[in-house]
Amino acid sequence: MPEYLLSVHNTVGAEPPAPEFMERMYAQVSALNDEMHHAGVWVFAGGLQPADTAQVVRRRDDGLVVTDGPYLEGKEVIGGFWIILVPDADQAAAWARRAAQACEGDVEVRAFQPVPRD
Amino acid sequence: MGPTAQQVEAVFRADYARAVATLTRQFGDLGLAEDAVPDALAVALATWPDAGVPASPTGWVLTTARHRAIDRLRREGSRSARQREAALLHAADEAREVPVVADDRLRLVFTCCHPALARPAQVALTLRLVAGLQTPAIARAFLVPEPRMAQRLVRAKRKIRDAHIPYRVPTEAELPARLAAVLAVVYLVYNEGYLPSGDTTDADAVALAGEAVRLARLLVELMPDEAEARGLLALLLLGEARRPARRSADGTWVRLADQDRAAWDVALATEGLDLVRWCLRRGAPGPYQVQAAIAAVHTDAPGAAATDWGQVVALYDQLLVFAPTDVVRLNRAIAVAEVAGPGEALRLVDGLDQDGYHLLHATCADLLERLGRAGEARAAYDTALALTANPLERDLLDRRRANLPAPR
Repeated sequence: MPEYLLSVHNTVGAEPPAPEFMERMYAQVSALNDEMHHAGVWVFAGGLQPADTAQVVRRRDDGLVVTDGPYLEGKEVIGGFWIILVPDADQAAAWARRAAQACEGDVEVRAFQPVPRD
Repeated sequence: MGPTAQQVEAVFRADYARAVATLTRQFGDLGLAEDAVPDALAVALATWPDAGVPASPTGWVLTTARHRAIDRLRREGSRSARQREAALLHAADEAREVPVVADDRLRLVFTCCHPALARPAQVALTLRLVAGLQTPAIARAFLVPEPRMAQRLVRAKRKIRDAHIPYRVPTEAELPARLAAVLAVVYLVYNEGYLPSGDTTDADAVALAGEAVRLARLLVELMPDEAEARGLLALLLLGEARRPARRSADGTWVRLADQDRAAWDVALATEGLDLVRWCLRRGAPGPYQVQAAIAAVHTDAPGAAATDWGQVVALYDQLLVFAPTDVVRLNRAIAVAEVAGPGEALRLVDGLDQDGYHLLHATCADLLERLGRAGEARAAYDTALALTANPLERDLLDRRRANLPAPR
């Protein structure tokens, strides 16, 4: 059965999100995680620290250098993700709808490549 | 005496979608199914001309394509032994079921029009897999170089495989949105065949419109209870009925108001009107049904002046509930001109925010002309001409502009 990455894309505003928003979102996401566990589709989930806390390892001609992040400067960042195990793209999309509602952001659905087993 | 190559190909066109759909279900692999059906065609081309067409061509195509698919699975080095066995086992299990399930083609339609695929990919896949058109014909219809169209099809099929897009009819809850996408794809195919642009030939355009009608018929056959599918078929049939009158003897475009209604295709018009009546009895209106009802009002009228324009305006009001767009508002204004006069219609058109849409300016020009404001009408025709490259439309606009009274 394929695994899917549901990545949450948030738009970063100038202000950090309000505490009430964060509280509501945590409650919603936590309820959804419980449902995913019950349905047997949950593999992993996590929210990320803000993108400006990132560091980036970049390949240069003379080797690797570590710089401050994020990797891409932009208004859209990945705020967190789920990995779920479901039979097909439609069921992945159905969970992604729930995820988008729970975390109040846009959610991209992408299948993982199959792991070669031969 | 056996069939000619053209006759063999005609049999395959008729059975193409069914064969691809059934094999896809049996092997769980759309790419394999699509390779195996042309393999079977090659066998038919080699044997039928001498041996004759088999008693049950549909069954022969399915069985032969199935054998070719199994051959391909055994030969292909790119698959692991485990994958090959799984596919063959899957096929063996499925073969014990009824060989042709009515739903197979419907599953194929919904897979081709899956929302994870972009609209151009949905259109290309539907024409390739459901209508059975060859890639060069699809490329020509959409004015895309053949290698790019081939690439588009390969990428779409790869996405279906890699994203695990399922091969099934959507659930009740998903159906309205998913059906809307399927109908939009067929309507888009029809529109490409409605107004030939400079680089498509008339024959290509007629063939594409014919494919759209065939697809709409298939949808009605597969989903007889879906009123919107019937509405779409009615809309296309009523449009096709007017085709013989849409071009003058010298090939120029003729507006609905100026068409020779005696030249309309009575059989297509009758079938379209019957479908509209079925939809009205059903009482579950949707955007395609309302558009078909508008077309039916025109079809019922003995002439442009005798059209029930009040009814047309009322139907556009209903259409606005489903599709509140400026294009619909523009078409409504054209009908209002016949009921309340060009001045009222012009007031409505002036309120629309579609400055880049050539038909808005063409409509303004027509209304201004009827109001005796020839100078402004000329300017509006100029704007419309600057916004369209279609030679048939340009020619019509040029002639309308040339017929304006000369400035004093």
